[in-house]
Amino acid sequence: MASDTSSRPIAPHLSAWRWHATMLSSILHRATGVGNYIGAVALSLWLVMLATGSESMVGFLFEGPMAWITRIGLIALTWSASYHWFNGLRHLFWDGGVGFDPEGSNLRSILIIAASIIATAAIWLFALGVI
Amino acid sequence: MSDFRTPAKRVNPHGATKGGAAHFIAQRSSAAALAIIMPIFMITLALSGAPDGDAARDYFASPFGAIVTLLTLTAALYHMRLGLQVVVEDYVHNRAAKTGLLLANTLIAAGLFLAAAYALLTLAL
Repeated sequence: MASDTSSRPIAPHLSAWRWHATMLSSILHRATGVGNYIGAVALSLWLVMLATGSESMVGFLFEGPMAWITRIGLIALTWSASYHWFNGLRHLFWDGGVGFDPEGSNLRSILIIAASIIATAAIWLFALGVI
Repeated sequence: MSDFRTPAKRVNPHGATKGGAAHFIAQRSSAAALAIIMPIFMITLALSGAPDGDAARDYFASPFGAIVTLLTLTAALYHMRLGLQVVVEDYVHNRAAKTGLLLANTLIAAGLFLAAAYALLTLAL
């Protein structure tokens, strides 16, 4: 009996599971949380630079071709914060005991990913003055 | 049979059995705060003309911008310290590395909060 257990799939282990939407949204929640942490560190340091008038230290980030790389980073941060916000809202509903049905949860995972992309696009189209 | 304590009595003060509920409630309270304040902060900062330095300074110096930023900073840095603590506890099992990372997490969150709040007040007052 003991030797049989070693060949059984170990759960919860990534390689033993078929990917589904709620699994992706759970992993993304962690990943975006860590991403937001990095963004908050950057924003706090920038605030200190603004207060001391030394923001020209990072001026190179907003000049020439580097400006687009920085902008892509900020767009990624906007998406990360948006996703964590939408999915966090769902976590609060889950804490209240609402929304545990598998089909609905999978559907809402996809809707949350879509909503975070739409929110990011809207914020940046407004910020860049496109609309 | 030298130990007459019940299993619950043996584990109660140790590990996750002592502070889980407080952590859970703190995480959810700060989440509720961020659910309200984060969209206001992100949208108004995005429309303020940042990252231009002078436009951003005007935003942070305005009463509205300063209050929204201070609320967001407070809730976000508190919330992210609790969140990263769980990530470290889940994935880092080496005792020295775990202790070091948990300490760094607390010092970074608290240090950044005080520095950013001071910077914000300098701009606003």
